[in-house]
Amino acid sequence: MKNLILTTAALAVAGSMALADAHSVVRLGTEGAYPPYNFLNDDGEVDGFERALGDELCLRAELTCEWVTNEWDSIIPNLVSGNYDVIIAGMSITDERDEVIDFSDNYTQPDPSAYLVTSEDVDLANAVIAAQTGTIQAAFVAGTGATLLEFATPDESVAAVKSGEADAVLADKAFLAPIAESDAEVMLLEQEELIGGGVGLGLRESDGELRDKFNAAIASMKADGSLNALIAEWGVGEQF
Amino acid sequence: MFSYCTDPATLEGFQWLSCYLTTGKHMSMYYAFGTVLLLLAITAPTALAFGFAGASAARSTVAPLRWIGKTYIAIVRGIPDIAFFLFFVIALDQAFEYIRHRIKCPDWTEPVRQGNDFVVCTAAKLPLGNAPQWVHETYGFMLAVLTFAIVFGAFAANVLFGAMRAVPKGQLETAEAYGMSRRQTFWRVLVPQMWVYALPGLSNLWMVLIKATPLLFLLGVEDIVYWARELGGAKQPQFTDYPHPDWRMWYFGALLIFYLCFTKVSEVVLDRIMAKLTHGQATTAGERQRKAAA
Repeated sequence: MKNLILTTAALAVAGSMALADAHSVVRLGTEGAYPPYNFLNDDGEVDGFERALGDELCLRAELTCEWVTNEWDSIIPNLVSGNYDVIIAGMSITDERDEVIDFSDNYTQPDPSAYLVTSEDVDLANAVIAAQTGTIQAAFVAGTGATLLEFATPDESVAAVKSGEADAVLADKAFLAPIAESDAEVMLLEQEELIGGGVGLGLRESDGELRDKFNAAIASMKADGSLNALIAEWGVGEQF
Repeated sequence: MFSYCTDPATLEGFQWLSCYLTTGKHMSMYYAFGTVLLLLAITAPTALAFGFAGASAARSTVAPLRWIGKTYIAIVRGIPDIAFFLFFVIALDQAFEYIRHRIKCPDWTEPVRQGNDFVVCTAAKLPLGNAPQWVHETYGFMLAVLTFAIVFGAFAANVLFGAMRAVPKGQLETAEAYGMSRRQTFWRVLVPQMWVYALPGLSNLWMVLIKATPLLFLLGVEDIVYWARELGGAKQPQFTDYPHPDWRMWYFGALLIFYLCFTKVSEVVLDRIMAKLTHGQATTAGERQRKAAA
């Protein structure tokens, strides 16, 4: 009996020590529907540029990381309420978002946004343009004379153009280029828009320590060229 | 899964399809069917329990209890489901964490709300930040069950409240005349007889509950609608071994058949339960049953 009590006490102490270690697991939240940045592969696991990047960053920052998928719409609310610790979802750094969350240094260069269309004679000023809700592209289209058509997932915005519901879709060029390449029905317009300040990790404003760790890891990947290698491998814009 | 699946690009027709339909991603979808069924299996009795408690409270002779019951029914029935699901779950989760925070970290001085952030001490996180993913998923699932149960419990409470009042007054008076206490009358006379009046309303609720399961995705549980959308979307050859155009139509078609079959089975089962409950009741259908047997 005495042994039993001692063992229980020992377990309880060990348990509470394990709990005290802050951020022993860092949860990375991503969308999983935006190739090549992040997508689910055939095995249903998160894959893509950000998977490779995130794993390497965690290795360098000596963090244990875990991947979680979350719908794009609610990706910021779930970060600030603490369901995961980092957003790594091809999220461009903007002032508007920066008011709510914090960003790490950018890990891609500002990638131009491209138009995907079914025919090249689209009058962009008066067209119906599809974009994903809550993206820099949606905000951009809303600011022009064109009609904005918003979709919850990037895939649906592309489907809208193919079905004729929209005249064009505006999204990151890295996302649209593989679609234009493999699908004869659609093509990219020459015209591109330079919006956004590059993609960074999104963190809670109260999580400065974690941000510093990731910034150091990003800086070290920039310095030794491994980030450039990843960017080239997945084709997500210009090199550093 | 099959040995010939190593190079899908060379396959065609049925072999390709058999490989495609057994990828890890598809397995996740099949698994999600189980999640939905499990949700229904747990939620239905829980919601019924909430409903029973709500209805009993609403017709209680103790005034505060009656107020609680009536308020619960009125408020939850009045709020749109989607607003409830978006707001309530985050609030519930934060309430749990806040209570744990006050208990486990009494000497924490920083505010819990820092600007937009909701920050509790590490030990109060629910589930703990270092818990494995399945714990997070189970927790999300339990939150979903609780939310569904509260929402559908309010409707069930209203149905049961009505059913309790539909039991003929003569039955209750007779029970009283036999010297039963209020409690005895409630459990021995009222409750066994009310189900036949409650079932049509409850069966409606069950149907609505089946159709409401896609709301699960709002709560972060990956349900069949999420997977249908994810799997059905066009896939480029750069990112998968099984490129295909937009196939959402087929996936949603399969879901349509699933839901139709499921509601059909439910109808058959509910009809049987109704026939059983009607037996010996002082209702028109009960009378017809008695005459048919005689």
